[in-house]
Amino acid sequence: MTRHMENDDEAEGTDEPHGGCGCGGTDGTPQPTVPEIGRDERPAIFVPDDGDGAGAAGSDSAGSSAADGPAEPDATDAPRPATDGGVESATGGSDSTELDPDAYDPIDVFPEGDLDLRDGADSCYKCTSCDTSCPVAEVDDEFPGPKFQGPEQWRLKRKEDHDIDESITSCSNCMRCDDACPSSVPLSQMHNEARGQFVEEQMEKLSVEYVRNRILANYRTSARLASVVPRLSSFAMNFGPARWAMDKLLGIPKERDFPEFATTTFREWWRDRGGAQVENPDKRVAYFHGCYSNYNTPEVGKAMVRVYEHFGYEVLVPPQKCSGTPMFANGMLKDARRHAETNVENLIEAIGDGADVIASCTSCSMSLRQEYPELFDIHGIEDVSDHTFEALEYLRIHEDLDGALADARPEDDRSFAYHAPCHARNQGLARQAVETFRDVDGVELEDVGDSCSGISGTYGWKSEKYEKSMQIGEEMFEHMEDADGEVGMTECPTCAMQMEHGTGYEIEHPLQLLEETVVA
Amino acid sequence: MAIDSEVLVVGGGIAGITAAIAAAREGADTRLVSHKASTLRQASGLIDALGYLPATEPAKPLREGPPTAGRNLDPDEWPDPEGPLADPFEAIDRLPEDHPYRLVGADALREGLDLFDDLVGDAYLGGHTDRNALVPTFGGSVKPTARYPASAAAGIASDDRPALIVGFRSLTEYDARTFADRLAAAGVPFDVAGAEVEFAEAFRADAKITRLAKALDRDEPIDGTPAREALAKAVGPHLHDVVDGEGGVDRVERVGFPAFLGDDHPAEVRAELADRLGADVFEIPMGPPSLPGLRLEDLLYDALDDAGVRFETGTPAVGYEVDADGGGGSGGDGDGDRIDHLVMDRKGSEVPYGAEAVVLATGGLVGKGLDSDRDGVREPVLDLHVPQPADRYEWFVDDAFGEQPYARFGVRPDERLRPLDESGEVAYGNVRVAGAVVGGADVAREKSASGVSLATGLVAGREAAREVRQ
Repeated sequence: MTRHMENDDEAEGTDEPHGGCGCGGTDGTPQPTVPEIGRDERPAIFVPDDGDGAGAAGSDSAGSSAADGPAEPDATDAPRPATDGGVESATGGSDSTELDPDAYDPIDVFPEGDLDLRDGADSCYKCTSCDTSCPVAEVDDEFPGPKFQGPEQWRLKRKEDHDIDESITSCSNCMRCDDACPSSVPLSQMHNEARGQFVEEQMEKLSVEYVRNRILANYRTSARLASVVPRLSSFAMNFGPARWAMDKLLGIPKERDFPEFATTTFREWWRDRGGAQVENPDKRVAYFHGCYSNYNTPEVGKAMVRVYEHFGYEVLVPPQKCSGTPMFANGMLKDARRHAETNVENLIEAIGDGADVIASCTSCSMSLRQEYPELFDIHGIEDVSDHTFEALEYLRIHEDLDGALADARPEDDRSFAYHAPCHARNQGLARQAVETFRDVDGVELEDVGDSCSGISGTYGWKSEKYEKSMQIGEEMFEHMEDADGEVGMTECPTCAMQMEHGTGYEIEHPLQLLEETVVA
Repeated sequence: MAIDSEVLVVGGGIAGITAAIAAAREGADTRLVSHKASTLRQASGLIDALGYLPATEPAKPLREGPPTAGRNLDPDEWPDPEGPLADPFEAIDRLPEDHPYRLVGADALREGLDLFDDLVGDAYLGGHTDRNALVPTFGGSVKPTARYPASAAAGIASDDRPALIVGFRSLTEYDARTFADRLAAAGVPFDVAGAEVEFAEAFRADAKITRLAKALDRDEPIDGTPAREALAKAVGPHLHDVVDGEGGVDRVERVGFPAFLGDDHPAEVRAELADRLGADVFEIPMGPPSLPGLRLEDLLYDALDDAGVRFETGTPAVGYEVDADGGGGSGGDGDGDRIDHLVMDRKGSEVPYGAEAVVLATGGLVGKGLDSDRDGVREPVLDLHVPQPADRYEWFVDDAFGEQPYARFGVRPDERLRPLDESGEVAYGNVRVAGAVVGGADVAREKSASGVSLATGLVAGREAAREVRQ
């Protein structure tokens, strides 16, 4: 939301001079602009936060208005922000004495709580660019597309007693519509809110679907348990009769192989090696490894550490929970918020120590950067968003990667079929791996095109969506097989599962190739 | 540390892509950035150069005073535009002096079209002649255009073979019979009939156009019958629907469909339908959602890749920094300041992108390369000067189809496409502007949008590369 509202930026006092770069601190030391305690922390519109909800928000906002002084009456005195940007002053533009400003209260025209999406809905001019970018609408007639799920459904909801349409559960949260929209309608935010409301208010909590989705969304919980006995878990979860039962009882497709659990998690490895090997107060990053690099592919996390230490960074590994991506996609916003609170608390502390936050999973970085500030208002969440980067992106900004790669080459020639995850695409990162390795001797990286892999996190892990998921992925599978490389590459763990599932290829992360070329 | 390149192109439409490829072909290390995924998917996929010459003077002089005074008593009247033009090139001299075509010259348009032909290969036709082709469009009118997709080839209006236009009840934005009637009323030299057939009904009512395209691409079974066969079967009974002037009925030789015949394999889909129908098959270019636009986007982005251009979407330009050395130092020509880098927004983090030359191809009022509010019209990235009457009532005239001043708003450049400031001096020596952000053309009335983008994009790209070499 805040991305699109200039007023917000001004209100937070971050209006730097034209062209100022807030990426590393201009005077040498990183300066996270941690907001003052007491900033208004709004609850989400569709999912009121129990316990710390209305009461806390009310007292906080009162506190902040007292602290900030009376200079900004529109920002602090009003019980809610104006709903339609700029018309809260009824005298504006009119000098008629017949109009009584007090008779107009646009705040009450559309009473929708604190998180107001009207601005975004009004920006939609129905060009359907979102619909043409939607990978689900291409294969699923039942899915009426992002334009309906976003602005149209939002408008319908302005009337009373309209349920959220069940088709919202078919949105895979790939967020391609965000990148397609020429008018910056916050489509994925609308989808997330609608899905949250649907799950909260309309979904049967004892239904198999809800239980299954909750399990899928809380992958971290399952993974943590499974990692206690990784070999047994890897075996048991792919044990034929068990998989048949899961399909029948839970709706988890038996065609898919569960990822193997690492015998040593990333965090165990980190602890055993004694933490950071480089200390450098001037170059510090906090690694958000996410669940998958920790429990399933610690080699990605290790590559991250080795590459960053090679470039002289001190790596911090703060305590962390799930980024929330699978929870958003399943409308489990309460779960996501709980995890977000832990993450923000720990990451903001690292930022205070001068670190920027680095994620190796593009869905994790997407979540911290965009969904967090869009969906939650937790103390410091904007700063986490502003200080988060994808691992390769950050190096490309701050280090001379081209120089480092100029004379590098892998031990053996390597050839990859690279797929850019939708969530990388949405951060403007779809081409960075291809660009980085384009001129490296002994490395071929072929972009297999702009199609979606089709798995979209947990979407492809549902029996009723499995076939659609594979139909979406078909184009990518074909292009992978056309490519010279016999190894796949992507930043996203679930895209990697789908690539492996569809082609049988092994899949690597660009950080692993970077480690192989630069560090080795 | 910044992300550096020699030429930085801002904007992912035809102008930006053309500029980037032109610069790369001159040897410059080039990067293209765009705020959003390309909006070519909203475009018809037709490449217009110049179809009409709109009148720039009213039929009788406009009255004195603000346009709203006496609006109903004394409406202004504008003559019909000249056209459709047979030859876009010969008409360029009759455009207003400050039109982008007059600035860069007819040769730039010619070379821009040549470059386009080279990039898209046999996916497009029309390059064999300077003359415009007449292509039926979605609204049932006929449009003069310079290049058209191969999928529209069998539909061109100068062809006198009888045609059947196919429609679907569930595609509400398109009525085949009305379309055929309008074509006949437009005086096309062939007999035409429209027919509504049962095919899209097999899909749910709100299935997207891309869903239909995908089903044809994959030849998915529709109630047990492969999609292409099912579509041909639905059309089959209507092949004799066309009645000629004497009341005779002939089998049609060509059949037109709304443009959804496949996304990845359109030629294959058309060929199979043609085979099954025993008639040529063509697509009618549509408004959004536009498969021809999507296909063109794919073609041009592949071409960018082939040319070695680095590109990314999802990164809006939100600021800039001028060269610390001060204006004119390194360029040698003493013209204006120089941009050192642009600041791009990466999901809230601001990242500097350094460049020796910048091409601004951010679009016009629709593309948001120009921004407007009650106070005026602005160019938001570099805050370039956009000439405009101070009185807002002078931005428009009453007649919706008249010479609307706002349609020609935009940045005014010199003949090397360097943007000019308020006093007519070069604002930034290492910036070039291209496409709809450039003022002076009324592309909607002229049918010149793609041509202006190609011509100015080509010149801007070459100029930027030249800037780098200096």
